[in-house]
Amino acid sequence: MMRYLVKRLFYAVPILLGVNLLTFALFFVVNTPDDMARLQLGTKRVTPEAIARWKAEHGYDEPLFYNPKAAGVDKITDTLFARKSAAMFLFDFGRSDDGRDIGQEIRTRMWPSLAIAVPVFVIGLATNISFALLMIFFRGTYLDWAGLALCILLMSISGLFYIIAGQFFIAKLWHLLPISGYSGGIHALRFILLPVLVSIVAGLGSGARWYRTLFQEEIGKDYVRTARAKGLSEVRVLFGHVLRNGLIPILTGAVAVLPLLFLGSLLTESFFGIPGLGSYTVDAIQAQDFAVVRAMVFLGSLLYIVGLMLTDISYALADPRVRLG
Amino acid sequence: MSLPFRPVILWTDALLFVLLAAVAVLAFWTVRNPQWRRPWARVGNSPVAVACLVVLGAYALIAVLDSLHYRPRLPQAVPGQPAQYSDTVRSVFDALTPDLWRVQEETYSAPLAEHLFVRQPQTLPDGQVVRVYPRLRIAAGSGPGQRWRDIARRALSGAAAGLAVGALCAGLLAWRCGRLRGARAWLTAAARGQAGWPARTLVATLTLVFVLVGVIAALAPAYHVLGTDKVGQDVLYLTLKSIRTGLLIGTLTTLVTLPLAILLGIAAGYFGGWVDDVIQYIYTVLNSIPAVLLIAAAVLMAQVYIETHVRMFDTNAARADFRLLFLCLILGMTSWTTLARLLRGETLKIRALEYIEAARAFGVGHGRILLRHVLPNVFHIVLISTVMDFSGLVLAEAVLSYVGVGVDPLTYSWGNMINAARLELAREPVVWWQLVAAFAFMSTLVLAANLLADVVREAFDPRRGGA
Repeated sequence: MMRYLVKRLFYAVPILLGVNLLTFALFFVVNTPDDMARLQLGTKRVTPEAIARWKAEHGYDEPLFYNPKAAGVDKITDTLFARKSAAMFLFDFGRSDDGRDIGQEIRTRMWPSLAIAVPVFVIGLATNISFALLMIFFRGTYLDWAGLALCILLMSISGLFYIIAGQFFIAKLWHLLPISGYSGGIHALRFILLPVLVSIVAGLGSGARWYRTLFQEEIGKDYVRTARAKGLSEVRVLFGHVLRNGLIPILTGAVAVLPLLFLGSLLTESFFGIPGLGSYTVDAIQAQDFAVVRAMVFLGSLLYIVGLMLTDISYALADPRVRLG
Repeated sequence: MSLPFRPVILWTDALLFVLLAAVAVLAFWTVRNPQWRRPWARVGNSPVAVACLVVLGAYALIAVLDSLHYRPRLPQAVPGQPAQYSDTVRSVFDALTPDLWRVQEETYSAPLAEHLFVRQPQTLPDGQVVRVYPRLRIAAGSGPGQRWRDIARRALSGAAAGLAVGALCAGLLAWRCGRLRGARAWLTAAARGQAGWPARTLVATLTLVFVLVGVIAALAPAYHVLGTDKVGQDVLYLTLKSIRTGLLIGTLTTLVTLPLAILLGIAAGYFGGWVDDVIQYIYTVLNSIPAVLLIAAAVLMAQVYIETHVRMFDTNAARADFRLLFLCLILGMTSWTTLARLLRGETLKIRALEYIEAARAFGVGHGRILLRHVLPNVFHIVLISTVMDFSGLVLAEAVLSYVGVGVDPLTYSWGNMINAARLELAREPVVWWQLVAAFAFMSTLVLAANLLADVVREAFDPRRGGA
């Protein structure tokens, strides 16, 4: 197990390096820092001096990969790539355009993101599984058919609709919960209730349908027939056998997205004014703050790779046939 | 003699026609190939699929009409001068629906309203200024009062025309299909659902579409059927124009990246070794970046590129079109990896089969094996994933436009409509029709696509006892 983990960690390095090079190419080579400066300062009436000043202020006034003017090792380290891109491996994300430390922002903003994402994940998973099991229990009947139709209908409606409708009816018309905003401590509960509810409903369609497919595959297997032949009731077959075995692919799949919960949801957070990482990203995109976008890309891919590793480990833990070597 | 218009072919137009040609080739190939005809026949036998195909067909027709662009000729000041063409790019769809865009109002008006939604200052003859709800420009022709009676009359006549066209379709079908047992016998059988294929569903859905079109066409000259937006544009026109954007994003994205996914996916599975390693590395890197962020990064960069190369685009339409095309490309870049991985897995399985080994033993080259033996056997995966991806892409457009990295703000799209309407929900009374229109048209498209995707997957997936 240990050996496998170390191997996987080393395997992650070239992937992160690739991500790093790709984002670097996107942000610095396809469009030079001069272009960025022009975009930030406005396209008209920009003097070369103003561009040079902007670049110096934001630390973009260095060569891309190789600095012939510097001495010794600095030839490599005094470059944009080393300063802006490779530094992320040390979790040094630099500063955003308004001068704040991005690393510090990430550390404070991940808590509100988690406050929304974790309940959505846990309750959503439970709801989806229950709904899928219910459909499987009534499989072949009109109830199953209606449930499936409901899933496809729910899937076909844009996530924006759930948010807008939730805010409009629950918050504005019926005044049950605040429309948006956030506060720390126990008062946060009032603010996270609506976003959590909306996110669960938005994810119900595709989630429940997918789990129904998994359970359906499981229910066709031989051991289920054996269980029925033993004379077990349908409920016990479902909960004791189908659910327990069906949970393996569901949970291992869910583990993969666990680390990504830190990033929060772009849409939900920015609509409900939650000061988390999702709304941070949206704001950065809208303000064209490239430093923040780059940091979030790096963080996102790092978490994705961690998720892949967790999946492998959980497979090995849940299924004795899988050995990690 | 010069034309009264100058045709304009935007990049996305050209690609859409390439796509249509590809579909035509595929259809031709399918008809000749029994192995392919069978699953399609299963799709055609499903009433759900037939209804969805009619709906998608109606959407596609609007999108195609909306993709035939031209610039109208300006009236000549001096006869004999070279013709001047307008800077605004119009489409055949615009030319067919002048009722929808010719009359523009001051600002918001509710669906089928007679008056503006907000009070405007108006000067009376005696110099006094009052705030009234002015009459809409579009309602100028009709007399005041009796609005609902007029609406009912128009709607009924439109519906009747739609029903008549639907009946005509049923008659034509009966004439065409009823050769063996007589048209009347076929009609009664079809009405009972015993025509052998879902003819009843086809006729019913077609009639529904015709009735809708008829009612709208009858109401459009005197009313804004779905109201108007902030700058007074007809909301129905905006939603219908958005269809092209939605469909293009759903289809072109797949088209532009299909070659990449097929080539790399099959190569990785077939050749193995270092080729496999390299390709797997590429797609793991691309996959590990959260899709929204990769798209955002790329679109931000495209924005910088467009703004620093303004001179490359001669009209606003060309610029917006470039951004749409770029969005399709980058959406494809993030989604081809899934298909490539599926194709790699399937090719790995197929490579180990005896008939490939036999072909290799006979000295058949790699290229020929891939083309004749591997590609046709993984093609169902390509088809299924294309159909399944479509709806997700249409939905993604709205989200991306909200984040600010979607289509150009000048492009008609559901995302832009929702974005513009979102803030107006805070108004009192509420301006709801923009949101409802955008969501209704988008959800209909996505629902039809999802239902069709289900049927297609059932029919083509060999594991489900299909082909």
